[in-house]
Amino acid sequence: MKQGAISYLPLLILAALWELVTRLGLVSRALLPPFSVVLVALAHMLADGSLLRNAVPSLLRGAAGLALAIVVGFGLGAGMALLPRFRAAFGPLVQAFYPLPKTALVPLVMVWFGLGDTAKIVLIFLGCLLPVILGTYNGIRGVDHVLVWSARSLGASRRDVLREVLLPAAMPQILIGLRTATAFAFLLMVASELIIANNGLGFLIGSLGDDGAYPAMFAAILTITALGFLADRGFAALSAHLLRWRI
Amino acid sequence: MIGRIALRCSAFLVLLAGWEVANRLGLIRPFLLPPLAAVAARLAQDVASGAFFLNAAATLYRTLAGFALACAIGIPLGILISRRPLVGWFVEPIVSVGFPMPAIAFLPIFMLWFGVFDLSKIVMTGFSAVFTVIAAADAGTRGVERQLTWSAQSLGASRAELFRDVMLPAAMPQILTGLQVALPLALIVEVASEMLMGGNGLGGMMVNAENYADSVGVYAGIVEMALVGGVAVALMARLRRHLLRWHPEAAA
Repeated sequence: MKQGAISYLPLLILAALWELVTRLGLVSRALLPPFSVVLVALAHMLADGSLLRNAVPSLLRGAAGLALAIVVGFGLGAGMALLPRFRAAFGPLVQAFYPLPKTALVPLVMVWFGLGDTAKIVLIFLGCLLPVILGTYNGIRGVDHVLVWSARSLGASRRDVLREVLLPAAMPQILIGLRTATAFAFLLMVASELIIANNGLGFLIGSLGDDGAYPAMFAAILTITALGFLADRGFAALSAHLLRWRI
Repeated sequence: MIGRIALRCSAFLVLLAGWEVANRLGLIRPFLLPPLAAVAARLAQDVASGAFFLNAAATLYRTLAGFALACAIGIPLGILISRRPLVGWFVEPIVSVGFPMPAIAFLPIFMLWFGVFDLSKIVMTGFSAVFTVIAAADAGTRGVERQLTWSAQSLGASRAELFRDVMLPAAMPQILTGLQVALPLALIVEVASEMLMGGNGLGGMMVNAENYADSVGVYAGIVEMALVGGVAVALMARLRRHLLRWHPEAAA
């Protein structure tokens, strides 16, 4: 753990450099407020509650959309991997949907669901769906047939095979899909809130920028960056825990 | 054979038929789901007037310019990380923070620094792609088998030859995989930037349609965007096949 903290020393160096170039006047303060000024703005936003007030709705939207995508995407991906007919019918839809830049759906979900939470949750759900489907599908398809045959010959039922063989063997791929989906959830959450919202971290950044409150805007951006990083680290820890049986 | 093709098309046919039927029966307000014919007519009109090509070109240009920037910086940096411990020590934690971060949050900063025209969008797309590229180039060169480099060295390869003829080709598949992830990411962020900043391009066009409550334009825009995304993905896959034509995966 101690070693882990030390390995982030370069980030501190970067922050010190940031402070230095602004204090020495190498970069205009209008373009880049000094790091210390940003930290003060961050403390103010923590104290007056504006950061928390906007972070909570953002994270709830992200979590709801992501959770929905994981449940539905896992079902669809497993269905595609296990049922050839379903794969033949549904696969082409996935292929057609794959190259669409998911932010293109922002105007569509606004047409359908208005400007509130539902539209953003649906957007995050749709954007995160594909990585989950593909991770599950590739994971289950990639399982060595010998494993399945051995389990069957030892008398495992289809259910046993799914739970005890396919799922654990597919887990690494599934987790890769989930990690991508988590990053997408953050990206789409911030993008949709920047485009239109009346609360949330994306909204906060946009409105602070419009007001010219740049130190606070930088503080909010740093906060989102930190949240994305923490989510990713938490996810890595969860993966390591779920895969602890692997050699 | 015909049955297989029918099955493959069935999902699309069901979707389109459901769309048309829902429309004819008036089950869904035309604003939410405009008639298929109206969307098709708008697509034809956009193609005929050239608006589609102008917008698609603007979007693709900025995406590819940003992506090229990300490659030009990310690939050498990723290789340096795996070869020079000091560079790795400094850059790796920065990449581990930058990789999962929602890059679009930085758009207001880039607008402040680079103005509201193409440059800020290009920097934005490049910034969103660069961490993925760095990580792929790092992992790719790090994963090169020691036997390969040892054999080449024992056969008398110089450092430059070792790098050009052994390391780079061996790392290429993984680097290209990273690029195949990074390009769609760049496109997603480019479209979001257009929606936020307006101007030309498919994202700007869609947000205009949305503002004028022109839902036909929104649907047509999604189809146009999917086409552009499909072209980008296909170009990347072609590039991969071309660069890896010597690789066993090309024969598969």
